[in-house]
Parts: sequence; structure tokens; C-alpha cells
Amino acid sequence: MLRYFLKRLLSLALSLVVASIVIFLALEVVPGDPAAYMLGINAQEDTLAALREQLGLNGSLIERYAGWAGGMLHGDFGISYTYRTPVAEMIGERLWISLPLALFALCLSTVIAFPAGIWAASKRGSVVDVVVMGVTQLGVAIPNFWFAMLMVLVFAINLRWFSAGGFVGWDAGFLLAMKSLTLPAVALALPQASILARVMRSSLLDTLSEDFIRTARAKGLSKRQALWRHALRNALIPVLTIIGLQFSFLLAGAIIIENVFFLPGLGRLVFQSISARDLIVVESVVMLLVFAVIVVNFAVDMAYAIVDPRLRGRR
Amino acid sequence: MGNRNLILGAVLTAIFTGAALISMIWVPYDITVLDIPNKIKGPSGAHLLGTDHFGRDILSMIMAGARTSIAVALVAVGIGMGLGVPLGLTAAAHKGSLLDELIMRGNDLIFAFPSLLIAIMITAVFGASALNAIIAIGIFNVPVFARLTRSGALSLWTRDYVLAARVAGKGAARISFEHILPNVTNLLIVQGTIQFSLGILAEAGLSYVGLGAQPPTASWGRMLADSQTMISFAPHMALFPGFAILLTVLGLNLMGDGLRDMFDPRLRRVRG
Repeated sequence: MLRYFLKRLLSLALSLVVASIVIFLALEVVPGDPAAYMLGINAQEDTLAALREQLGLNGSLIERYAGWAGGMLHGDFGISYTYRTPVAEMIGERLWISLPLALFALCLSTVIAFPAGIWAASKRGSVVDVVVMGVTQLGVAIPNFWFAMLMVLVFAINLRWFSAGGFVGWDAGFLLAMKSLTLPAVALALPQASILARVMRSSLLDTLSEDFIRTARAKGLSKRQALWRHALRNALIPVLTIIGLQFSFLLAGAIIIENVFFLPGLGRLVFQSISARDLIVVESVVMLLVFAVIVVNFAVDMAYAIVDPRLRGRR
Repeated sequence: MGNRNLILGAVLTAIFTGAALISMIWVPYDITVLDIPNKIKGPSGAHLLGTDHFGRDILSMIMAGARTSIAVALVAVGIGMGLGVPLGLTAAAHKGSLLDELIMRGNDLIFAFPSLLIAIMITAVFGASALNAIIAIGIFNVPVFARLTRSGALSLWTRDYVLAARVAGKGAARISFEHILPNVTNLLIVQGTIQFSLGILAEAGLSYVGLGAQPPTASWGRMLADSQTMISFAPHMALFPGFAILLTVLGLNLMGDGLRDMFDPRLRRVRG
């Protein structure tokens, strides 16, 4: 177990290093001098040089990479080219919207998908099953930003139950803040819930056809008892994988949904930074999201290894 | 059930592919001409799906948009297959080697970047365009096909006919192309359909946030972005392009499911 853990940890570290190099090099290709961009065309040569020094733009490629990556390790993401504030601060503020939004959507998705998937599987071929499969088929096909717009039309513009966008801030109280995240979270959760419900259903159906379920039934357990006591637990492994993967889709998907609802989260920050050519911010946000994805996948792998010893040998 | 899915899916796909093809030679109205006096009109006899804020015919824009969506998604799937399949075949042919390990770890790395992030990085570097959207979606497709090909190929390498081919003196590359590839084609077609539909969704999303096709190229995603501020008084501008995306993606997904059932009824792949 320890050996497996160390091996996976090494591969995690390696992935992070390679990812950071890829991101760094990709944005290094961008033409133009950020210092010249910040100071405008009339800037004096010595002012430019001083700013370049301050931003850490001098030095070789390797020195700059080491400065950027080393800084990130102790929470220093550099200084924004446009706002002249530390990038870490800007990201920290935005994270307080994007992260709760992704988690909210993940909870919604799980809470909807589990009962729907279990219900459909336990009544295979019934009306319930057909309805769940039909609705999830639509849920997978609908573009979530369009669904978000439709919800704005119905619940914000016509019924006036929610505001059409913006974020009241956590200072306004937990409930009000959550209320302004509700429509975005539902929009984000819909496709994920549909996928999850389908995975739950098919995984449960696979498990229900296994020998140990037949044994349990032969022992005298009812269909319902066999499902809840034996099948469900065994059917959860693929479901957990998908939940792990979904977290990254939710964080990244939030980038588009935040734009629909004008939420000042990481997504808006990225777009503002792209249009302002504030590449250090883009670089840092992308790295942060990739870091989150890699770490979450690592955590899911570890959780399996603990739950299911058979999986330790694989890979 | 599978057959019905397949037919419904094929019909929907045919409608939108047909619309895209027809738009190359004919659309009801020229979408590059502005007709301000007729702006934001609801559906009518003259304009079946109404007009947008520049007076352009929405049906014509949807037809031209179908062309953009299908072209982007199709090329992206082509990139994914073109690079992913040979990589997967190579990895399977040299299972356990350093090459296999390199290819698979490379795949994991790309998977760690959600496709939207790849697109954002590419746009940050090269600017927004349909071509860059294709590259972004295409890159993300590579590991999908590489993994699928590798896992499909691995089980085939243990078959007797492959053994026979090895005894006959065929090399790994030749066996891969002559014996392995034809037997994973079904898998590739089903996954190709699904990636095609995901590509259409991704293109719409990217265009919606302005990272995809640029004006004057018609695009469903940008039509939705344009309609957003007018949704309260011109909902038709938002409804029709959205339905176009929904129905196209739905059609492709149903077709993928139907094909999968047709090729192998036991094969129930989980879509992630």
C-alpha cells in the first residue's frame, strides 16, 4: 500500500511539473512585452527596464520559469500586469465564488442523480425508467449556457424569483448569497446529473446481474434488500470515478456559466485577463485549475485503493 | 429500442447535415446583408423563424451555423482519431514498454486540462478563431481515442489470429493495421459519434464566450450570445439556435447509442 501510494505521489508531482512547464511555455510564446503594454507607447526606456525588473521579466527562460513556479509553491503568483495587485489576492477573492458554485453544483448533481439512477435501475423497463432515460438523454444534449438563459427568462424575468445575474456577496448573508448562486448551480449541475444518473443506473444493473446478488436472493433477501444491502455498495465504484472527474468539469464549466450570470468568479477573471493581455493571471488560473484536477484525481485513486485492494496492483 | 434510437438519431443528424450542405449553395436570405427596418421580427411567412437585431433571417443563420458547427466538430474528431488511433495502436503493440508508458502518461496529462482550459490558453496565445477552436477541441479528442484504441487493441493482441500472423512473420506495425485496426473500427465509430456531439457542444460554448468563430461567420453559439441581452423581448432569437444545438447533439447521441447496440448488444460503455 505504501509503495503504491509513493509511486502515485511521484507521478502526481511529475504531472504537476510537466503541466506547469507546458503552461509556462505556451504563454511564453505570446509576442509582445507586458511592460511596454502596461506603460504605453510613450514610455521611457529606463522606466520600462525598471518595470521589467520588478515583474521579473528579465533573465533566461529557465530563470523566469523557476521564479514563477517557485513563487507559486509558497503562494506567490506574481503581480497582475493590469491591476498591479498580487495575483494570489485576486484569485483568492474569485475563488470564494467559483469554488462554492462548483461544490453547490456537485451536491445538486449527486442529490438528483442518485435517486433517479437507483429508481430507474430498480424498475428497469418501467415508465419511471423510460422517463429517467429520456430526461437524462435531453440533459446530456442541452448546452448548459442555453439552459441557463432559459432559466433566467423564466425564473428571473417572468416570475422574478431570482435576480438575472450578479452576486450579492457573502456579506449579505449565507442564504442570500446561495440564492444568487442557485440558478448558475442548477445550470451547471443539469448535464452532470444526467450523466451521473445514467452511470448509476447502468452500473447498478450490471451489479444486479452478478452471482452474489443471486446468492443473496437465494438466501431469502427480497429484491429491495439485495439492492440496498449488497448491490448499491458495489455499484458505487464507477459512480465515484465520474464524480471525481465531474469536479474538474464543474470548475471549468463554471467559466462559461459565470459569464451568463455575470458572476465575478475565476471565469470572468480569465476572460478579463485575456482581453487585457494580463497573461500572468491567465497562467496562474489555468495552473490552479489543472492542479485541482490532478489532485482530485489522485485523491479518488487513493480512495479506491483503500476501499478496494484489488485496484492497487493496476497501473 | 436501439433500432428506434438509431433511426431517430439518423433522421435528426441527416436534417442538420442536409441544412449545412444546402447552406453552401442556397440560404433563404443573404446573412451578410443587414435589413434594419425588419429587425427583431417574430416568426412569420416571410421569415419562418423570425429575424435578429440586424434584420437577418434566423433560419438562414441557423443553416449557415450548422455548417460551422459540423465543420469544426468533424475536423476536431478527425484530429483526435488521426493522432489518437496510431498512438493507441502503438501503445498496445508495445505494451509495458517505455513508449507505452510515455503515451499513456501524456494522455493523462492532456486529460488534466479540461478542454475549455486548452481553448482558453490557445486563444490567449493565438487569438480567437474557428481554427483555434478546432485545435483545442481536437487536442482534447486525442487521448480519448488513444485510450479507447489501446484498450480495444490489448484484448485483440491475445487472439489466435494475431498469434498466427506473428508466426507468419508479420511485424507489430503490420499486424496493428491489418488485423487490429479493422476490429476496433466499431468502437471508433461509436466513440466518434459521441465525440462529434461533444465537439458541437464545445464549439457552441466557445463561440458563446467569444473564443470560437468570429463574425461574419455564422455560429450557433454566437447567435445565443447576441440574443442574451434581448431575451426578455425577443425570446425567439434565443430559442431557435438553442433548439438547433439541442436537436443536433441529441440526434448524434441517439445515433451513437443505436450504433453501439447494433454492433454489440452486450457492450454498454459508460459515457464520462
